[in-house]
Amino acid sequence: MAPFAMNGAKSKMQGGLMEYFVQQLVNGVTLGSIYGLIAIGYTLVYGIVGMINFAHGDIFMVGAFVALIVITALGLTASTGLGLSILALILVLVISMVVASVYGWTVERVAYRPLRGSFRLAPLITAIGMSIVLQNFVQISQGARVKPLQPIISGGHTLMRRVDAQGEFAVQISNMQIFIIVITFSLMVAFTLLIAKTPLGRAQRACEQDTKMAALSGINVDHTISLTFVLGAALAAVAGLMFLLYYGVIDFFIGFVAGVKAFTAAVLGGIGSLPGAMLGGMVIGLIETFWSAYFSIEYKDVAAFAMLALVLIFLPQGLLGKPEVEKV
Amino acid sequence: MMQHKAPQTALRRMVTDLVTTAVIALVIFGVMVGLKTDTIPGGLELTPRWLATIEIVAVVVLGRLMLHLIWWRRKPGVGAGTTWVPARVLRGWAHTLVHLGKLARPALLVFALVMPFLPFTDRYLLDLSILVLTYIMLGWGLNIVVGLAGLLDLGYVAFYAVGAYSYALLAAHFGWSFWLCLPLAGILASFWGIILGFPVLRLRGDYLAIVTLAFGEIIRIVLLNWYWFTGGPDGLSGIPRPDFFGIVGFERGPGGFADTFGLEYSSLHRIIFLYFLILALALLTNFVTMRLRRLPIGRAWEALREDEIACRSLGLNTTTVKLSAFATGAMFAGFAGAFFATRQGFISPESFTFTESALVLAIVVLGGMGSQMGVVIAAVALIGGFEVFREFAQYRMLIFGLAMVLIMIWKPRGLISGREPTIFLGARKSISADLVSQGEGH
Repeated sequence: MAPFAMNGAKSKMQGGLMEYFVQQLVNGVTLGSIYGLIAIGYTLVYGIVGMINFAHGDIFMVGAFVALIVITALGLTASTGLGLSILALILVLVISMVVASVYGWTVERVAYRPLRGSFRLAPLITAIGMSIVLQNFVQISQGARVKPLQPIISGGHTLMRRVDAQGEFAVQISNMQIFIIVITFSLMVAFTLLIAKTPLGRAQRACEQDTKMAALSGINVDHTISLTFVLGAALAAVAGLMFLLYYGVIDFFIGFVAGVKAFTAAVLGGIGSLPGAMLGGMVIGLIETFWSAYFSIEYKDVAAFAMLALVLIFLPQGLLGKPEVEKV
Repeated sequence: MMQHKAPQTALRRMVTDLVTTAVIALVIFGVMVGLKTDTIPGGLELTPRWLATIEIVAVVVLGRLMLHLIWWRRKPGVGAGTTWVPARVLRGWAHTLVHLGKLARPALLVFALVMPFLPFTDRYLLDLSILVLTYIMLGWGLNIVVGLAGLLDLGYVAFYAVGAYSYALLAAHFGWSFWLCLPLAGILASFWGIILGFPVLRLRGDYLAIVTLAFGEIIRIVLLNWYWFTGGPDGLSGIPRPDFFGIVGFERGPGGFADTFGLEYSSLHRIIFLYFLILALALLTNFVTMRLRRLPIGRAWEALREDEIACRSLGLNTTTVKLSAFATGAMFAGFAGAFFATRQGFISPESFTFTESALVLAIVVLGGMGSQMGVVIAAVALIGGFEVFREFAQYRMLIFGLAMVLIMIWKPRGLISGREPTIFLGARKSISADLVSQGEGH
């Protein structure tokens, strides 16, 4: 921390340039964790089936809603003790992961599996259809209005503090942000191990390389693809809970923009690559946060979308992806 | 349970399946429908709706049971092929259908021309027809990009928006007439098509889809936030209505359309004029597309859709070919946008959301990509369907999404999936779309 504090002397903005920067960095990493979790779902599905699961963003939205409902049902508030509320939140997490997984599984079963082997655009169209269905289903069943949630985990820590003529500026990391970052990284580690070490992970990697060959060597491809959707949906539900806790408001439309940004993250990191998705999520989260902090908050989505276009034009294989060989 | 696979009776399998269905439906609907969150001062409260949940789950299970008892009971090969109708009648029926199909185009055209003067036509029906024709035109325009060139464009509505805002702004700032602005709107939209298309057209299908979606959103966000220029979320209002080819306006009183042509004044005149205007624009789109298909550039589009690598090895400049498709499609969207602006008299970014793009794309894909007739059928069905479900406004997008999924599963190639080759040896034959690998060329 020491070098940061010394650099902070060149103060241009209120509170000092460096402190402001570090604060945005903390916020950006939190947001990036959320995008990264959603991006994993895109990257896994694209790796295996080669389609953009357009409804994935809406699975994330469903996860956030389930979390909201369960939190309300449990009666969690800020006055619940920190230890108890973290235990309860883990329960909420598990429930919303399970429900979102069932959604993910059903979407795959109903809308994508019958079209496997059909022409390329067909599953994309059903994916858009499914996305419309999910959005409107939630809008009808839960209402179109924005749902607020009181903060549950309160408090935080001051990382840096600076007092000068313009006043005081403290770099804060809230307990909520710590919770989000810790959960995300533990899940990332667990997930990487799952893909690298377990039979399921092996089957998944086999299907990704060559579906036909994997089927010939005795892997149940349908089963593996279903499980991929389930895993992606479960991680999206985690992201949903994080989003809910971080922003405190959700509505039925959050899935669309978050989904496009997470897809951007997946492409940026190199589609098909798991660490790439996480890295891409971080980059997108940081770009969005810094853009809002230094330029204009209205155009933060434009920044993310423009990033997508730039990446695809100049680095189509992404940061950690393998360049694609075109075969006749 | 998975380990020992004792031969299960069909009944037991069915019961297991139904129980699984019930459990899944319970998870899906139990939380979302069963517990409704309501905002109250100081937080949220839950309203349980268990009855509704149980009803929905029961409907799902019953539906599954029906599938078991009726749909999946059909033995393979039976049911689809053999019916109680004699084969001769069936053949005759197919023959009649082909003949009817040939008659359908001129018949529809004549109907479209006389429609405004038929006795049952009223204001409501005219407005609805104008709406349907707007979507037919957009569908035909997008068909050039998606159906002919095989480029999946999810941001088509951006060009529609460019056309609409071009006309609204040109008319507001320079006072130019609709007839001057209409071509300008098309040119500006196709110009944007080229600007946006140039960097992204190297991309493969799915990536292209997402980037075009991103561009569509960027244009919408800019329209929403560029307050002093576009009016932001308030939009632009007071857009001039079109006049009769610059000769007379449609106002009441001397010098108006009715007065000049010695007719009795009616507010319907303007609507009928708008109807013919959009009909002409739509037919122009169709005509240009049909003619372009027979030109080298059109053939290049279709070749590109089938196999891009083959095109490149034959020396086609794929970037130019793709750009021309993109620009042509965008131009028609620009025309349609200018028409939309002049008809509504008010535009705002609300009208140019992703849903609009998805709707136009759904019309093209459900109709059968590349099929002009399919676009008409799908537009009439979807927009007409929207009107039928107007009373259930809440549910219509849900139904629209479900219909999109179900029709796609039922007919992945769209309702009219045949191909009409423009170059042939001997006699022209229609080809089933299943025989061509559309969209495999990335």
